[in-house]
Amino acid sequence: MRSDTATLFAEGTVSTLRLIVYLALAVALMVLDHRGNWLQALRRGGSALVEPIHRLAALPADLARATRTAVATQDRLASENRELREQLLLAQARLNRLDTLVAQNERLKALLEAQKNLGLSVQFARLVDVDLDPFRHRIVLDVGANQGIAVGQPVIDARGIMGQVIEVMANSAIAMLITDPTHAIPVVVERTGLRTIAYGSGAIDRLELPNIPISADVEVGDKLLTSGLGGRFPAGFPVGAILSVSNDRSGMFAAAVARPAAALDRSGEVLLLRDQPQPYGPPEPQDEVGPPASLAGPAAATSGPQP
Amino acid sequence: MNQRARFQHWLFAGSLVVALLLQLLPLPQPLLPFKPYWLALVLVYWIIEAPERHGLGFAFLLGVAADVVSGELLGEQALRLVVLSFIVLRFRARLRFFPVWQQSLAVLALLLNDRVVMLMVRGFGGAPMPSASFWIAPLVGMLAWPFLFLLLDDLRARLRAGE
Repeated sequence: MRSDTATLFAEGTVSTLRLIVYLALAVALMVLDHRGNWLQALRRGGSALVEPIHRLAALPADLARATRTAVATQDRLASENRELREQLLLAQARLNRLDTLVAQNERLKALLEAQKNLGLSVQFARLVDVDLDPFRHRIVLDVGANQGIAVGQPVIDARGIMGQVIEVMANSAIAMLITDPTHAIPVVVERTGLRTIAYGSGAIDRLELPNIPISADVEVGDKLLTSGLGGRFPAGFPVGAILSVSNDRSGMFAAAVARPAAALDRSGEVLLLRDQPQPYGPPEPQDEVGPPASLAGPAAATSGPQP
Repeated sequence: MNQRARFQHWLFAGSLVVALLLQLLPLPQPLLPFKPYWLALVLVYWIIEAPERHGLGFAFLLGVAADVVSGELLGEQALRLVVLSFIVLRFRARLRFFPVWQQSLAVLALLLNDRVVMLMVRGFGGAPMPSASFWIAPLVGMLAWPFLFLLLDDLRARLRAGE
């Protein structure tokens, strides 16, 4: 009897040593990955395996959408069609107005001999409908390294900035949304030109601006644009609008909450900006100015601190 | 016997793959926090029913695979699943003979513990404190457990009978 119970319970026991070994292994893995971005290399290797899994997981949602379109009544389709045509008309009109502005801009820039024009080169991408983690705001796009996508490309939709690409696999890419708790984007208040930083809040419809000077002029409804500082996002794209302004807990800063302009939880198609607005980091050092070395006097040859 | 073992293997692998896919399944935004940790639930079932094959090493490998698929920090889910399966293996002899409702409570405790481990790991990684909805998923997991348990038990019984 005793031996019976002993085996019954002995069967379930595992040695603590093995637990410690595996825990240490997991911790080592996490540290290595956190430090050296190990996962990227491994994921690129395993992307042939991971991508089909993502597509498979997205299949039910795709099917549901296809069915919805298939069984939609003609009535609804017709009304949707009419609506879209109106929107197109509106957009067309706006574009026409813009065209004249672009022409004018071109002329002025030619006058200024601007080196580079800010041509907007974009690439269309679709969302792969999977949810990687409800508490991290990541989206999977159906374009990857084979389509020329690189880490750091801004992702936008029709209304504003959505986020940036953080990881590229062969035929898909993962982008971080601006509302991810670890994301921050430099913005400027359109009305006053005040520069600040908008942090992700972890809620899909909220951005936080925790450190605005208390004397700054910020009002509810103010529009936020990208400032272009930091070199990641081009300047002038809508980011959001201020929802509320209050003092932070220390009373030293004003803290504002903004609503993102992009439809972060609804967009099915997105655009990826091709051109990085400016090279990352400080500008290249310029060539030395002055007479060539051959023409410089003997003093230049022995330049340095004279005793 | 051989055939039966093969069926068991298929059911086992199939249930884990389905759990992985369920983990990735998109949901409307308000429902997202309600998604239970399917992988942990299925793993708990298999450890309770057939522990001789599924030790800590298996949990570790499964966790690494899940990390690769979901793009997390490599090793995060491995750590969580190893902790989870260690506790289940320790109390397996008792868990096995619990009535289903008591098992559900045990699963709730396991999943809450898992969330604490997750919070610790992410805290070390510098992530901010998540919102209160972070704690809903274990409750949903508890409610899902009886159904999962009965479903998998039933499937196994059918395989055995159809033999």
